[in-house]
Amino acid sequence: MTSSTPDSSGGRTTTTPTGSLQGNSRRGDRLFFVASAGSGILLLVIMAAIAGFLLYRSGIALSKDQTNFFTTFEWDPDNILKPSFGIAVLTFGTIVSGCIAMVLAVPLAIAIALFISHYAPRKIAQPFAYLVDLLAAVPSIVYGLWGALFLVPHLAGLTSWMNTYLGWTYIFRTTHQGAPARNLFTTGILLAIMILPIITAVSREVFRQVPRSHEEAALALGATRWEMIRTAVLPFGRPGVISASMLGLGRALGETMAVAIVLSSSNVLSLHLLDAGGGTFAQNIALKYSEAGPAGKDALMASGLVLFVITLLVNGGARLIIARRKEYSGANA
Amino acid sequence: MAKRIDVSGLSAYYGATKAIEDISMTVEPRSVTAFIGPSGCGKSTFLRTLNRMHEVIPGARVEGKVLLDDENLYASNVDPVAVRRTVGMVFQRPNPFPTMSIYDNVAAGLKLAGIRKKSVLDGVVENSLKGANLWKEVSGRLNKPGAGLSGGQQQRLCIARAIAVEPQVLLMDEPCSALDPISTLAIEDLIGELKERFTIVIVTHNMQQAARVSDRTAFFNLAGVGQPGKLVELDDTQRIFSNPSVQATEDYISGRFG
Repeated sequence: MTSSTPDSSGGRTTTTPTGSLQGNSRRGDRLFFVASAGSGILLLVIMAAIAGFLLYRSGIALSKDQTNFFTTFEWDPDNILKPSFGIAVLTFGTIVSGCIAMVLAVPLAIAIALFISHYAPRKIAQPFAYLVDLLAAVPSIVYGLWGALFLVPHLAGLTSWMNTYLGWTYIFRTTHQGAPARNLFTTGILLAIMILPIITAVSREVFRQVPRSHEEAALALGATRWEMIRTAVLPFGRPGVISASMLGLGRALGETMAVAIVLSSSNVLSLHLLDAGGGTFAQNIALKYSEAGPAGKDALMASGLVLFVITLLVNGGARLIIARRKEYSGANA
Repeated sequence: MAKRIDVSGLSAYYGATKAIEDISMTVEPRSVTAFIGPSGCGKSTFLRTLNRMHEVIPGARVEGKVLLDDENLYASNVDPVAVRRTVGMVFQRPNPFPTMSIYDNVAAGLKLAGIRKKSVLDGVVENSLKGANLWKEVSGRLNKPGAGLSGGQQQRLCIARAIAVEPQVLLMDEPCSALDPISTLAIEDLIGELKERFTIVIVTHNMQQAARVSDRTAFFNLAGVGQPGKLVELDDTQRIFSNPSVQATEDYISGRFG
């Protein structure tokens, strides 16, 4: 969020017709500086306003909360006698569904991106890439409807199969057999499908940026195509793939409508991912907002602030990972 | 560790465009052969046919034979990956892997060949860097990124990387064109040492360089724009630069064209 001051000696010096070297005002430069610096400052102001607003309303809500905000399962802020609400279920559901989505989507996205950038013949790669971009443009409500009407009924079989054969893992055991698959696992799968296009599209562009000379260096050492990709393409694309994954994770953490439709909302925190029920921050806000009273709205605001902080932490972590290997990024090659 | 190259009737194409036509020549083992000629005459293309790197470009193909001792590199049962392990290459611009340390750059080829033993890698890395006259400069910072070296050091790192896998032949595609005169001299001295162990083929735009480093020189030319490049003559370097048998070679060397 920094706007650099323009180099005053930069830019083309236009001499006046008399041939004097005294500088003119360079109105264009100054105008551009004001416009770009102004936009930067405006962005900071908006961010600060949002953060301040969230903090203020959250403060009101938290002062009324009769229970521990972080460990409480239920969400009952409008209870006049004992307003109590907590984010335990929401935090768990948001992070778990986001993790499932990442685990499923990132490897698949990398594979598709490599297929488009390095394996497919150009005739196939082009339409394929276009198709992926198109998937990114599908509205999330459409994904949500598809998830509820197609994915949930069709995953019932998979759910019982996993319960039978993977039940020993504890997380894939289900206590209520036969219930519709409106659980965190299904939500994770749906989120994975939703974030797949954006991760694929960004990774594909990163893989395409790999200098031809690096790929040829690997090939000339006797690398097969896959070895060339492992030696030259993947390490070069690593920071970009991490950024792409963070974009995807950001969308998964904040996804509202699709989760609201697919996941049955409940105050239950279950480590059995195939058990129906659970909740995420965005879903909870979407479901509760319309019937929330003033206290309820403040409470939702507080949960929004937590989501905001989680997203910031995740992004900060990703930046740290990228910065740690900066001298190996290839940016100075 | 050096083999003779016998090329016969070799033509190379980019799609429908013929880049070089009907080239035949012999490259002696443990010698330096320089390719000179005007831009676009196909010297680099020809060089890349000698380790089957030409065909990695989409639509590119090769006709003819390249014998390495008695084995045809273009026989149907030959694996291009194996060819490239036998015939190493150094490129025009230094291209160390930016994501790897100096050590890992040199060890990259060995790791591709499945060699993982630390003691073996350590020895080869040291010997290759010594062979590339780079050891003294980098021995204290083997774990620093290869991209942090100067251009000349990077190019010597690339040479170390190429010789680490003990190829039979070393191809160099204008290895000094991106370097300053001091670094160029270092590479030229190195070429003189490396020819004791390897068969070296070098493409260069710099005729003094060809005269300085090579034993034999091949002059390539093309009849006109859009025409394929051809080998005009190949002879001892001394003869090419003093008394070439073809008029076009003399014109090129004396600066009358090109």
